[in-house]
Amino acid sequence: MVDIDLDLVNWSRAQFALTAMYHWIFVPLTLGLSFLLAMFESIYVRTGDEKWKALTKFWMTLFGINFAIGVATGIILEFQFGTNWSNYSWMVGDIFGAPLAIEGIFAFFLEATFFAVMFFGWNRVSKRFHLFSTWMVAVGSNLSALWILVANAWMQNPVGMAFNPETARFEMENFWAVLFSPIAMSKFTHATSSGFLLASLFVITISSWYLLKGRHIEMAKRSIVVASVFGLLSSLYVGFTGDEAAFESAQKQPMKLAAFEGLYKGEQGAGLVAAGIINSAKKPGDDQSPFLFEVKLPGLLSLLANRESGSFVPGIDDLLYGNSEQKVMGVVDKMKLGQLAVADLAAFKQARQDKNDQAAGEALAGFTANKEFLGYGYLHTPEEAVPPVSTVFYSFHIMVILGMFFPVLFLAYLIYTLNGRIAAARWLLPVGVSSYFLGLVAQQMGWIVAEVGRQPWAIQGLLPVKIATTNLAVGHVQATFFMFLGLFTLLLIAEIKIMVKQIAIGPEGI
Amino acid sequence: MIANLEYATLQQIWWILCSVVGSLFLFLIFVQGGNTLLWQVAKNDTESALVMNSLGRKWEITFTTLVLFGGALFAAFPKFYATSFGGAYWVWMLILFTFIVQAVSFEYRKKPGNLLGAKVYELFLLINGTVGVLLIGAAVGTFFTGSNFTLSAYNQVTWTHPLRGLEAAFSLFNLSLGLFLVFNARMLGAMYLLNNINFSALDVLKARLRKAAWLNFLCALPFLLYVLVSLLLMQGFGVDEAGVVSMVDNKYLLNLLAMPLVLGLLLVGLVLVILAVLATAFKESSKGIWLAGLGTVLVGLALFFTAGFNQTPFYPSKADLQSSLTIYNASSSLYTLTAMTYVALGIPFVLAYIAYVWRQMDSQKLAAHEVMNDEAY
Ligand code: HDD
Ligand code: HEM
Ligand code: HEM
Repeated sequence: MVDIDLDLVNWSRAQFALTAMYHWIFVPLTLGLSFLLAMFESIYVRTGDEKWKALTKFWMTLFGINFAIGVATGIILEFQFGTNWSNYSWMVGDIFGAPLAIEGIFAFFLEATFFAVMFFGWNRVSKRFHLFSTWMVAVGSNLSALWILVANAWMQNPVGMAFNPETARFEMENFWAVLFSPIAMSKFTHATSSGFLLASLFVITISSWYLLKGRHIEMAKRSIVVASVFGLLSSLYVGFTGDEAAFESAQKQPMKLAAFEGLYKGEQGAGLVAAGIINSAKKPGDDQSPFLFEVKLPGLLSLLANRESGSFVPGIDDLLYGNSEQKVMGVVDKMKLGQLAVADLAAFKQARQDKNDQAAGEALAGFTANKEFLGYGYLHTPEEAVPPVSTVFYSFHIMVILGMFFPVLFLAYLIYTLNGRIAAARWLLPVGVSSYFLGLVAQQMGWIVAEVGRQPWAIQGLLPVKIATTNLAVGHVQATFFMFLGLFTLLLIAEIKIMVKQIAIGPEGI
Repeated sequence: MIANLEYATLQQIWWILCSVVGSLFLFLIFVQGGNTLLWQVAKNDTESALVMNSLGRKWEITFTTLVLFGGALFAAFPKFYATSFGGAYWVWMLILFTFIVQAVSFEYRKKPGNLLGAKVYELFLLINGTVGVLLIGAAVGTFFTGSNFTLSAYNQVTWTHPLRGLEAAFSLFNLSLGLFLVFNARMLGAMYLLNNINFSALDVLKARLRKAAWLNFLCALPFLLYVLVSLLLMQGFGVDEAGVVSMVDNKYLLNLLAMPLVLGLLLVGLVLVILAVLATAFKESSKGIWLAGLGTVLVGLALFFTAGFNQTPFYPSKADLQSSLTIYNASSSLYTLTAMTYVALGIPFVLAYIAYVWRQMDSQKLAAHEVMNDEAY
């Protein structure tokens, strides 16, 4: 396999990152707001109070505006695997295509069908069926999250498959292992609950703004009650599942964990960095300190990574150059075995072409012995195996700090609402107004940790990103990159303007 | 039972399933066709609101079917997915752009503060219904005319034409197929609207729609004839027992003769479409969409089956015959196809609830008073 132009790889990455990040502005809101709508409507159906109906319809309008652009940005992601990562698609389509197809069959149709009832069915179907439809939209959107996150988790931890040297691709061996991989579960629970959290912040932001303006007071208060309870529960769960995600990373992607902690030299009883400034001159293997400044909580990282306070957490240096004392095999050694695997694979292909069964058998035996290191054979230097440390470190820490702040915010809203003083809490409301934007930041940071942190791998340990791309002239990708940038930005501005206008108009009669 | 199916059987089942999804999509683009009728049939605000809202309730189904088509091909024929999408980069990108702009247009068109103004969103819909559908037709046409790619020993695609797929639109055959689809979608769009709207006091709109169905059928006809005649006469791609691809005279005619069932699908499909048009234009029927829809699906199936079955590579390469893709060399592994076939058992259930929901929703026709408020599109 040939190495492809690095410029092309980077533009393809940039395009994927751009489109994925746009998609992720809208998607988490859909995941959570759909459940909030279902709750609002349930209260309406139980109480028969028309004000709850008006409230539901108001949030539903905002939901629809967000949903449309979420769909628009989603379709390109699906096809982009083919257009820009075609080697990847061929090599793993067997495993990766399946969840995407299942998502289409079971999740998107559920969403699309009941979405129409939810929006246009108020006078066409019974009250109960309408409520049922609203719940189905929530279930459908979260099911789509499940399947796509299963696909993504498989890239972080490729399980349930084997490499087939005849076809030079990865093939599925166990569907259930792919579906129930622990990373898939931690990703699904963490990403969806973070969506619930974000949607609760969205409701709090807009309601707080109304309270500050003295408009739609009753609607705002009612919305806040539901959103602060839902938000509080979700935010606690986000912390819990985030801890789970970090634990899984430590087990399956120790390099990612080392990067998000800026840990170069592994330690027993390693401390967790609560805050710090990265030393940008630091290189793997040298003796400089990784931080210009840091605040450490002793012992906690070992606890987080291994659930055991005195345990050893490998750092970047251990993972690169090996640590025989702790039985950590370094990338340096993995590269040697990987190169053997790559060479044997080529020899095997050649022997097959020459119809030389004996040579093929020998090459295959050699390949099989080292195949788990295949991906490392394509690296040129061990340092290539290190993701951009400071990006991952700062993203992770911003996310976690925000993650600790949100439960406090929800709790404050809940307390002030319960004792009836929320409309007068002039210091709290402005914080609430800004909270949705903080939530968006945490969301984006989360994906940067997950995706930049797994570099250089498209599939952990097996397939580096640089050989996953389509063989295109870089100019084509640059052209589509700017087309997406322009178009999505234009649509985003339109979306924001429409949202703001609808919020200014406000709900009817409440 | 599924666990015991042979690999080749599963590959055929999945080609049939993908063909069904693809053919349903060719029917469901009545939404796209309907979009392009807007300025032609709707002469005032009420009329355009009716047209937009009627289509706006269905666009998601069409869109989702396209997404599913992509997903099903990815899972079942990953080599096709990689080769075609990665290779014919620009055709697919342009098609996708037209669907991206469509996805926001219904929702944003009438909303205050929408930045671009209603006319631009209508233009987006028009582009989707013309350029988008035309290019889809051109892309499907390459199943017969072939594409310009080679595959390496590791199956990496190299495209040998600088236009990266757009060259497909410069073949008369592909272009005709595309134009046929555009007019057919417009005809279907008109029939759908006739069926979905309550025309009390709107007889002019109804008459315009009937006329549109008829005229678009007439426009579609020459392109359809050209496509059919060329298909029967053209040299096609064949693959022998040993997997060697070569050019075969009248290959697609031979396929139809070898598979009478497929020929039957084609003929029945064509007859249904013609009956539907006649009933719509001259018999005041509002049920034409069902017949014409079924007819379109059958014709679509016949096309996909002709392209993929009977020792025919469905994604042939003109640049290197031996790189051509067949349903046997482009598919997923036995395990994946088996697992996905279990998954596919859920499809009838999905179709059933979609049908149930839409019967509930469409039991009353869409009336003018419903679409003239702030919540409507
Ligand atoms: C409101 C958003 C939000 C908040 C407050 C948090 N997260 Fe998060 N996090 C996400 C939103 C998110 C996300 C965007 O949903 C990610 C990206 C990938 C994923 O599965 O979820 C994510 C990923 C992610 C990962 C990477 C998983 C991987 O590599 O696959 C870790 C380790 C954490 N999170 C840990 C935490 C911890 C310990 C938090 C502290 C309470 C936390 N997150 C709060
Ligand atoms: C690269 C990965 C992704 C791909 C290929 C993808 C694909 C798509 C597609 C094609 C659509 C439009 C579906 C329709 O026809 O209605 C869509 C919408 C959606 N996607 Fe994604 N998606 C990706 C990432 C994600 C993630 C990570 C999540 C959630 C965790 C998610 C959740 C959703 C939801 C909820 C929708 C509904 C529309 C909306 O939210 O506005 N997607 N996606
Ligand atoms: C929606 C939220 C997501 C965001 C913000 C995101 C972000 C990114 C970023 C920043 C990159 C580029 C990394 C780099 O090369 O430095 C990337 C690459 C990629 N991501 Fe994600 N991602 C998201 C979801 C997903 C999902 C759900 C999948 C899989 C189903 C996925 C699959 C990929 C692939 C295939 C690449 C290209 C190969 C690679 O760079 O590793 N992403 N993404």
